[in-house]
Amino acid sequence: MRRVLLALLLAGAASAEPRQSGFELMSPGTQAMQRDDSANPGMLWVEEGRALWDSTGCASCHGDVARMRGVAARYPAWDAASGGPTDLAGRIAQCQEARQHRTPFPRESAEALALAAVIGLQSRGMPISPPEDPRLAPALARGEALYRERRGQLDLSCAQCHDANAGRHLAGSPIPEAHPTGYPLYRLEWQGMGSLQRRLRNCMAGVRSEPYAYGAPEYAAIELFLMRRAAGMPLETPAVRP
Amino acid sequence: MARALINLPRTARRGEVIEIRTLIQHVMETGYRPGADGVVVPRDIITRFTCLYNNEEIFAAELAPAIAANPFLSFSTVATESGILAFTWTGDNGFEQTETRSLTVT
Repeated sequence: MRRVLLALLLAGAASAEPRQSGFELMSPGTQAMQRDDSANPGMLWVEEGRALWDSTGCASCHGDVARMRGVAARYPAWDAASGGPTDLAGRIAQCQEARQHRTPFPRESAEALALAAVIGLQSRGMPISPPEDPRLAPALARGEALYRERRGQLDLSCAQCHDANAGRHLAGSPIPEAHPTGYPLYRLEWQGMGSLQRRLRNCMAGVRSEPYAYGAPEYAAIELFLMRRAAGMPLETPAVRP
Repeated sequence: MARALINLPRTARRGEVIEIRTLIQHVMETGYRPGADGVVVPRDIITRFTCLYNNEEIFAAELAPAIAANPFLSFSTVATESGILAFTWTGDNGFEQTETRSLTVT
């Protein structure tokens, strides 16, 4: 009995190994840029989003954007209309289409990123808390399968870099653990703001595979899995990454 | 109009050195990069930034193509009297934007 308990304790200690945000791998300069709201370029999109929140009529239903506190930490969530998970950007687009009766901002447009950024900011510092919804189980399993599936001419899965080789280097750049804690984020390489889907597409092209189209259900499934994997880590939106 | 973030204290004591930080949304297209169609994208950058403190120039900078998008500039000045600070960015394609902030010196 005692031996079983000891084994359980050891297993517990191993699984309690702290996860690491990509923030920890950045240079002190880039970390300072993210910490300081007056130097973080993502705040430009946040300000744009704040203006859009009022001008496009979000405020007439939802009130002040501060009331969206905690929302970004709970996505992707179940979406009855599509019968699957939807990410925050998808929910915003759906709200614009179904309730505001307007053409939603295209994915990855400056406006869509700005709205996602200002809503994300309201949850900054809050733990990522994906919904415990049994209807999401098939998509979660699909997301994990996609994460572990080898793809592209390089025949690499996400897990081979971000689980098996996290913390080591790929062409001089540290490989992060792939926790999507700060999206949408300002990436220095992009010289602009981008969503998790854009980042996933970068990795897919990097292993020389054909990325799914923007808004494809595969992205929502992968995001669902990654957010579950990052559950409890603090949200950093709008993060800065190299 | 481009979004700009300007950070400076609202009040300062006379003679105090204050730090001013500015960040503006701009693509800073170098003029050397080919676009998706292979054609070089024409240069579109901010070329000059000035800061006037009660109409007196206290800081100016020339910006060049190698400077990153959304340029961040930080500088300091001595708070001498209450007044208005005017920040102006000018650049290619007739880009010009001015933002003002007031400073109270006690």
